[in-house]
Amino acid sequence: MVLELQKPRPIWQIMFSTHHTDVGLLYLIMSLGFLFLGGALALAIRAELFLPGAQIIGDAMTFNRIFTVHGTTLIFLFIIPFASAVGNYFVPIMVRYKDMAYPKLNAIAFWMIPPSGALIWLGFADFTWYATPPYSIISAPGPAADMWIFGLKILGISSVLGSINFVVTILKCKHPDMSIGQVPLLAWSFLSSSLIILVAIPTFAAALLMLLTDRLGVTGFFNPAMGGDPIAYAHLFWFTFHPEVYVLVIPAIGMMYEIIPRFSRKPIHSYGSGIFAFVLLSIVGFSSWAHHMYATGMSFTEKTVFMVGTLAAVPASALHVFNFVATMWNGRIRFSTPMMWAVGGIALFFSAGAGGVANAAMPLDFTTHDTYWVVGHFHLFVMGTIAFGSIGYLYYMYPYVTGRMYNEAMGKVHFVMSFIGTVLVFFTQHVLGLYGMPRRIFDYPPIPEWIAMNQIASIGAMIIGVSMVIFLVNMVYSSGKGKPANPEDPFGVGGKYYYPFEAKNPSH
Amino acid sequence: MAHSNWPEWIYVGVVIALMCWVGAEAWEAERLVEHVPEGAEIIKVTGQQWFWTFEHEDGTKEIGELHVEKGKAYKFEIHSKDVNHSFNIHDYVVLMDAIPGRVNTVWFAPDAVGEHDIQCREYCGLIHYNMRGTLIVEEPHS
Repeated sequence: MVLELQKPRPIWQIMFSTHHTDVGLLYLIMSLGFLFLGGALALAIRAELFLPGAQIIGDAMTFNRIFTVHGTTLIFLFIIPFASAVGNYFVPIMVRYKDMAYPKLNAIAFWMIPPSGALIWLGFADFTWYATPPYSIISAPGPAADMWIFGLKILGISSVLGSINFVVTILKCKHPDMSIGQVPLLAWSFLSSSLIILVAIPTFAAALLMLLTDRLGVTGFFNPAMGGDPIAYAHLFWFTFHPEVYVLVIPAIGMMYEIIPRFSRKPIHSYGSGIFAFVLLSIVGFSSWAHHMYATGMSFTEKTVFMVGTLAAVPASALHVFNFVATMWNGRIRFSTPMMWAVGGIALFFSAGAGGVANAAMPLDFTTHDTYWVVGHFHLFVMGTIAFGSIGYLYYMYPYVTGRMYNEAMGKVHFVMSFIGTVLVFFTQHVLGLYGMPRRIFDYPPIPEWIAMNQIASIGAMIIGVSMVIFLVNMVYSSGKGKPANPEDPFGVGGKYYYPFEAKNPSH
Repeated sequence: MAHSNWPEWIYVGVVIALMCWVGAEAWEAERLVEHVPEGAEIIKVTGQQWFWTFEHEDGTKEIGELHVEKGKAYKFEIHSKDVNHSFNIHDYVVLMDAIPGRVNTVWFAPDAVGEHDIQCREYCGLIHYNMRGTLIVEEPHS
């Protein structure tokens, strides 16, 4: 067992370490920091939209900057680094290797994130996380926009380095006695998501450079005034960022694959179908990018192709849901905090997927596209599925990291409030979208349905906000004062805590 | 795996069948929706930060308001003067991006007299939230 916080160490020892658990700890703390920062922005947005008219945010420009940085922060500075934290902790142990394959590269990949986070936050750009040209070229104020572009550029390099490290660690450094078919599903999820990153990110890296030179006025790739085409950017962007959705969700599903069997006290229903679904998702994930672009004037044939590509991803996701339910079936389930988060996450994953089918169907997309329906839809994924899986896993790894138990009652209150809040906010936003409210608007006309739905959503957001304070208190307080965990079986579910390949780390 | 996996196969089969059904229905509906009726009157729609301009076939221009006649089919030719916008009449499920350098088309046929909101659904900057207009459907003239 590698227990990180049990003996006090000076902070620079952790900061300048290249050991995988230390880097994992840095990822963990930084990503949680950005979770709270990004979450605070979300609360500001919801408070502003509680009523028509300016509420707490004085002007539209500030509002536009806030939702841009909110999205960028939570996707790139919370979800991805959080997954890297879990991967750094567990992948080397799961493949029974002493560290990541390239420890120094690992530390470098981490240390690229704080400067890019600083660029994004100090710039506070306003052109949405999609940086849509030609707005981002001719209209978006600098230097915020340029700082955002550089920030994302650095993050992209960091992701690529991290992914190379995961792929090499899993494929080349796994214990010789272990075949690839015996690698736990969490490690498989990192293998799949890392391979997606390696294929997808370079496209966006190129698009970012083109965007930057367009802004400088030396090229006109996406600037119609110079003969360019903004739709080209849309293709390049979504070719990276639709697969990126799977990069975000696959590790969270991998985390659920650790939690669900543990607390159901049963082996995974089908290990093989889990791997199959991961691999299938990472391949078909590349066939659906232009479903974000139905309304850009695509031909009927193009739309049909991308609708089929999108629908093809559904059976793979559905396989995971089946696997989870079949694992829980007839299990002796103990609903400890991590299990509650995982099960809640599966329920919301299913709901989000069902809404996604409606988006993919061509005629329905014209009702939902760029409305609050879409906001609700992808938040059910990023919050309801990915954050739920991640937070569940955080509770699960908590005794492993700190040697202490969190407060179970507070953990459960955190879950119940977050679940209710998530349903209130994001299910309501689906309905709000059907009433036609566009996304990314600072103010709205006083249409009674819009006001009612916005108020329900804002109340839900406040409930989540309060639950996150409880979460923060629980994490901080328990790390010093929590009751010491039983390292063999902290959750009292029987069996060994980390059953697959519990290896002592020789360098620790 | 020793245990039988037939429920999983049935489940996957059901999911695939459902997706095929959704896809086929969507394909059929979209094919009908995209078929522009003969003789639809053309209205040129221009989006710019942050208002809509309309030009009818007879040369009449309108800003922010669009007057059309009940029972007639209209084809919008949509383009933008500056950044991306999205022309949207939610009540008639009219949605098409206005993109500089391109002309996108979409059609509709109002079937009742009344007023409906026109809005921009693609983020276009400072006053995107208030890039709104009104569609006014009138009784047919003569």
